[in-house]
Amino acid sequence: MSKIVTNNLNLWYGVFHALKNVDSAFEANRITAIIGPSGCGKSTLLRVFNRMNDLIEGVRTDGEVIIEDANILNSNTDLVVLRKKVGMVFQRPNPFPLSIYENIVFGEKIHGDRITRDKLDEIVERSLRDVLLWDELKDKLNEPALRLSLEQKQRLCIARLIAVKPDVLLMDEPCSTLDPQGTQRVEELMRELKNKYTIIIVTHNMQQAARVSDDTGFMLLGELIEFGKTEQIFTAPFDKRTEDYITGRYG
Amino acid sequence: MKNPYRTQKIAFFFLFLATLLIVIPVGLIVVVIIQKGFPAINWQFLSDIPRQGMRAGGIFPAIIGTIYLVTGAIIFALPIGLLAAIYLSEYSKDNLLTRLIKLAIVNLAGVPSVVYGLFGLALFVVFFKFGASIVSGSLTLGIMILPVIITTSREALESVPYSFREVSLSLGASKWQTIRHIVLPNAIPGILTGTILGLGRAAGETAPILFTVAAFYLPQLPHSIFDQAMALPYHLYVISTQVPNVDEKIRYGTAFVLLALVLFMNLVAIIIRYKFRKKKKW
Ligand SMILES: Nc1ncnc2c1ncn2[C@@H]1O[C@H](COP(=O)(O)OP(=O)(O)O)[C@@H](O)[C@H]1O
Ligand SMILES: [Mg+2]
Repeated sequence: MSKIVTNNLNLWYGVFHALKNVDSAFEANRITAIIGPSGCGKSTLLRVFNRMNDLIEGVRTDGEVIIEDANILNSNTDLVVLRKKVGMVFQRPNPFPLSIYENIVFGEKIHGDRITRDKLDEIVERSLRDVLLWDELKDKLNEPALRLSLEQKQRLCIARLIAVKPDVLLMDEPCSTLDPQGTQRVEELMRELKNKYTIIIVTHNMQQAARVSDDTGFMLLGELIEFGKTEQIFTAPFDKRTEDYITGRYG
Repeated sequence: MKNPYRTQKIAFFFLFLATLLIVIPVGLIVVVIIQKGFPAINWQFLSDIPRQGMRAGGIFPAIIGTIYLVTGAIIFALPIGLLAAIYLSEYSKDNLLTRLIKLAIVNLAGVPSVVYGLFGLALFVVFFKFGASIVSGSLTLGIMILPVIITTSREALESVPYSFREVSLSLGASKWQTIRHIVLPNAIPGILTGTILGLGRAAGETAPILFTVAAFYLPQLPHSIFDQAMALPYHLYVISTQVPNVDEKIRYGTAFVLLALVLFMNLVAIIIRYKFRKKKKW
């Protein structure tokens, strides 16, 4: 079943038309990759799904983005509820300058009503286990998160996010600051996580898209040119422009 | 042919000289005040009331008065200044009103302190009928240090990286929760620094308290915030210019205590800032 559907989605930054008539459907429990050259609107599309573009002045959207039967572009959408459900992992790992523990319980402190120490401990352990960091970090939960390696930081950010119990994970080039080993491990983690979540990953790395994703969308100049099974996109694209991009004829 | 290294050396020399010229007066002031004032310092001087027409005894009421005034100023100025800073850095849009407010703050910082004194006299002493009292003096000092507190707090808030706010919002936190849990805790050291610098300024100024609170000679402690009080800077002015034949030791002793108080506050501010710099890693 489709978790997120966009119908005729358009977005403008002021007068700049950044997303043009995007129709797409993102399936639950699958990883969908969005690829395309830099500046084609990948991040913009991702940030529509949790309404993070609202933070930017002069942004205007029209069309529909349906998540669980509701058009989240409606002005009466409860952004807190939406963002709890649709979480985001950013390009640069961005843990808070707090301890590892405090980072993970941040969401619970914001959203939870009857917070007990036991409950928080449990959330920390479960979230860290989910991102395969528990064994590494269980003895230094009170150390500053900023002391971790880049890869650990990014996993911690994922842990902090899944502690909020989202359904959808939006990942905007989550590996772009990591080395190949770190990248590989985060990709493994993504495969692990897709059993529980709908994952949408933006990447400019085509190999990564081919490796981890089930579906792929190719964007160019604000348009979603082609959207389909990753295998099909990478072996037999329908559109000439997709083929050109995949074979490396664009930058 | 021009030798760029020589010009550079000459430039460095003059820059160094200019820097030295800043250090010298500061150093001299401190040395002279310590040399002449320190011998006057003893327990009696710090804990006794002035006696024999301020030519003997201690300066305890002036110390207490200054502490009351500074505390009052901060109780008034910190909440208002901080809230204003939060509004300006987090909520205000860049429009005419905001620019007007910012302009007002800059100008407020440039107003001569004696003008604050007159303003305090007109508003608090006369209009609100607080009389010459600790309330009037504190409020006047508070208004005077508002710009310092607002400006430093705003800088502290704005130096918290955008990515922290972004991720907090993306986790479903409201704007206020983001400010409360992420922005403010990271800005507190900067806010404290600004507050303490403001305190130091409030402790040292004479003009704003001249008409609003300062008592010429009051050999007892104030009983309520509606009483007049002695204060160190004004007391120093009085015994230096208004009362004949005051022993030099007493004058410099008073100056020493005032200077020590202000420098101590600045030192605390510096230490907080230093500790914070070492800890922060983004
Ligand atoms: N805040 C903004 N204001 C104006 N234009 C923007 C803004 N953010 C992105 N853009 C423009 O929108 C287009 C798409 O940007 P983005 O979604 O970040 O691309 P991608 O993630 O694919 O590299 C680019 O041309 C970019 O210059
Ligand atoms: Mg991008």
